[in-house]
Amino acid sequence: MKKEIPLLITFIAGMVMILQFFIPHRPFSDLQQLFNTWFLIITVFAMILGLGNLFKVHTKRLQRRPKGWWYSIVLLAGFAIMFTVGMVWGPARGTPFDYLFWNVHIPMSSMMFALLAFFVASASYRAFRARTPEATLLLVSAILVMIGRVPLGNYIWNKLPLIGDWIMSYPNMAGQRAIMIGIALGIVSTSLRIILGIERTYLSGK
Amino acid sequence: MWLILILMVGINVEAFDTPNESSKILSSSELPVPPTEVLAKDKPNDVGGSIIVTWGKSADDIEENELVKEYLVFRSGALDGEFELIGTANKGFEKFVDGTTIDGTQYYYMVKASDGVVHSQSAVSEAVNSSAQWFHTGRISMLVATVIICFLILWFIGKAKKGEELYIRPIAGLEAVDDAVGRATEMGKPIMYIPGIMDMDDIQTIAGVIILGRVARKAAQYETPLLVPCCRSIVMSAAQETVKEAYIAAGRSDAYDADKIRYLTDDQFGYAAGVDGMMIREKPGAIFYMGTFYAESLILAETGHSTGAIQIAGTAMPSQLPFFITACDYTLIGEELFAASAYLSKEPLLLGSLKGQDMGKAIIIAILIAGVILASLGFSNIIALLATG
Repeated sequence: MKKEIPLLITFIAGMVMILQFFIPHRPFSDLQQLFNTWFLIITVFAMILGLGNLFKVHTKRLQRRPKGWWYSIVLLAGFAIMFTVGMVWGPARGTPFDYLFWNVHIPMSSMMFALLAFFVASASYRAFRARTPEATLLLVSAILVMIGRVPLGNYIWNKLPLIGDWIMSYPNMAGQRAIMIGIALGIVSTSLRIILGIERTYLSGK
Repeated sequence: MWLILILMVGINVEAFDTPNESSKILSSSELPVPPTEVLAKDKPNDVGGSIIVTWGKSADDIEENELVKEYLVFRSGALDGEFELIGTANKGFEKFVDGTTIDGTQYYYMVKASDGVVHSQSAVSEAVNSSAQWFHTGRISMLVATVIICFLILWFIGKAKKGEELYIRPIAGLEAVDDAVGRATEMGKPIMYIPGIMDMDDIQTIAGVIILGRVARKAAQYETPLLVPCCRSIVMSAAQETVKEAYIAAGRSDAYDADKIRYLTDDQFGYAAGVDGMMIREKPGAIFYMGTFYAESLILAETGHSTGAIQIAGTAMPSQLPFFITACDYTLIGEELFAASAYLSKEPLLLGSLKGQDMGKAIIIAILIAGVILASLGFSNIIALLATG
């Protein structure tokens, strides 16, 4: 029964979601929203699991003192400060929580995002080395698209932006659509395997 | 003579005005031409409660003319009843959706062309009532496609059940999974598995967790530590269960460590920073990225590349694929992510579904080629046949 009940729930939920896509009539039309609401409620409760895990892992690290254990102090201190400030003053605008969010959390997130520029440069350097015909094609296409999308491209030759747009609209779009069709089929196949209980690794292996 | 004319215009305008409407009645000498052919019909393929009202534009609804600035849509429960204003449509529009109807109740509609001061009204529409539909007719082609693909998948599963040998095309990225786990084992380094940044309601995350089960079984067999940093609490729970079961199936339940499958944060870049830190500290021998990724994909993959790990990625996010292809050793492109579980398990039932998926793709390719040829020859009905609403 440990496996059968989850499989039955999966089958019923999967079939209901398929039916609601083709039947606009109530009660089917309301089911997607209802299931989403249930999922949100479960997610909120599951957050407790995540926080518990975070605490457990980092408390153990403090006890065992492996390499880099002091990062756990920073994490637990940050958690305690945000939790306390949020519980005492609330998250409204102008509160200490709001101040910390906008002046600590957001700048740190932005910094991580900004790193992407440097990673794009290093990855491009490797990818654009014309060692094979495919890499050469990639290099030429990338140069044409990039130059076509900056004012300099138009200044050099006014047809460059058109060439860049053509590459994006035709070869690139065709490739993306081919991938999307494959993805859609893969989703149908995976969903069917899960709904019918053929794929049950996520439950308990075979 | 002038007095008679003014009186006539005044009577005319007054007649167009509904009793409950407070618009001004002016002695304007120019009334806009009224809208024509007001039609009201139930909105198709909906849950009910909506009626679509369409009309022919007023002859004065032209750019150079200011006689029509908007259309006022009125509704009544009876032909000779009181019409109330229910909404407006801008100049140039010929459609209004009344989303406030009660199913089964009859309604009459009338539209007025207005310059903001004076209005001229159309004839009243036929009676109409809204209702909910039991089938979305705009999705017939999708239903047919779903039935055909499901039939193919089930048919090949049936063939696999009978023990028929099925040929599955080789996928380089999946062939390399064993090598990656073996390499990490030889180097004495852990394996890192990243199941994307979305929750369990995302099919890619589900596929990622399923593949995690296969990788965990190999890791358990080789006794190689497996690190799984998670971005969502539910994913962490599902991953813990999956890895635990894989270790039990491999006969290594004693080696399972729940703390290695840990929750970091729901925040996208906080998660990226956390995983990057783990990569730098733990120096994994193999890194798997399987699931949904956004802007953090290259931040993770480039950091992983800098540690010297063998990297295998799989995602169905077309915008992130170029980053993974650039930074990783192997990349599962789109559908290959969903094929991975069946491919790695080699179980006949799962391989049957994979074969059915491939046949579905072959049919779609054939339809696309036929569609392109037919549309190029002027038979554009094929587009309408396959369209979805």
